[in-house]
Amino acid sequence: MKTVTRADVADVICKEVGLSRKDASDILDNVLDEIVQELVSGNDVKLSSFGTLSLRDKKPRVGRNPKTGVEAEISERRVISFKPSQTMRKIINA
Amino acid sequence: MTKSELIERVASKNPHLAVKEVEKIVSVIFNNIIDTLAKGDRIEFRGFGAFSVRKRPSRIAKNPRSGEKVSVEERNIPHFKTGKQLHELLNSK
Repeated sequence: MKTVTRADVADVICKEVGLSRKDASDILDNVLDEIVQELVSGNDVKLSSFGTLSLRDKKPRVGRNPKTGVEAEISERRVISFKPSQTMRKIINA
Repeated sequence: MTKSELIERVASKNPHLAVKEVEKIVSVIFNNIIDTLAKGDRIEFRGFGAFSVRKRPSRIAKNPRSGEKVSVEERNIPHFKTGKQLHELLNSK
């Protein structure tokens, strides 16, 4: 299994859209930044035929270090849950 | 925010690009993520997060209405893990 990175995606944009590598990489950063800003301002991001990134507020709870077995409080936190679209699920299982 | 709002916002910050081009770029990005996962690979945007595929084993499920047993095939489920930086931004209050 290989890991695709930002640079690889910028390359694909560069080839398929015909932008310079610099422009492709800048616009990819723009797209990700807009998503980040929206999530940070407390809103979900719905991308049709891709999926939804939604925010969930987790209550504090007592967890355990799996290695040492020591109990520790896991503080209140905000997490993202990703729900893939039906389209994405289908392609990934084709 | 929806995909079309995302396109509008990116387009307004890049006046040198036509909205059509931004549309194309956004779809190239998301299709690329899907294609990568379809190949069984992982895709990471440092600071933002990573998409990967997790396998759900086949199992015997029950139809909740009839109680009938049905076998569910092994499936691949896309998974998103939030990047460290994004997690910190969400929890920095």
